[in-house]
Amino acid sequence: MTRSQLIAQLVHRNPHLLARDAERVVATVFGSISDALADGDRVELRGFGAFSVKRRDARQGRNPRTGETVPVGVKNAPYFKTGKELRDRLNDGHDGDDDDDDC
Amino acid sequence: MSRRTITRADLTEAVYQEVGLSRNESADLVEMVLEEIADALAAGDSVKIASFGTFIVRQKGLRRGRNPKTGEEVPILPRRVLSFRASHILKAHINGENS
Repeated sequence: MTRSQLIAQLVHRNPHLLARDAERVVATVFGSISDALADGDRVELRGFGAFSVKRRDARQGRNPRTGETVPVGVKNAPYFKTGKELRDRLNDGHDGDDDDDDC
Repeated sequence: MSRRTITRADLTEAVYQEVGLSRNESADLVEMVLEEIADALAAGDSVKIASFGTFIVRQKGLRRGRNPKTGEEVPILPRRVLSFRASHILKAHINGENS
């Protein structure tokens, strides 16, 4: 499924919703999540999952083409943890391990 | 850096402010966006949101695990897991770069 198919599906489920508005809904939802992560905030959507930012320390990288060592600075990487309900749905309701979960 | 946790309520408020639908409608639409994505993933489809990222369902095979408390060997059954790959745009945004 792509962004445009998601928008089409929203319009399909809401006959009175303008395509333009459906597009703005999707843009706002993902724009808000992106902006929150850029601010270092966490986004927790129970049943679905949680987005957070993890700090990656500086390290020595390698140019895969030349084999040359290059320094890679500190950076932040987005991280998604699947929520329990969605994880269970992926496995038809029965999950292999029943570990902790916070969302 | 602030350390807030954003929830459905914040997304609903953003949709209400940005799109100008009612609060109820905004809440329903936020829920529907998540539902549609979850349904597609449960059906085994990948979901690609341009400029945000891609959710991919991966099939994991049977492997031997260990109960870390008892050291006992237990099989980890084949299962499907979800992985998220952020787009370049999202990664750049999080690192404060303009793209």
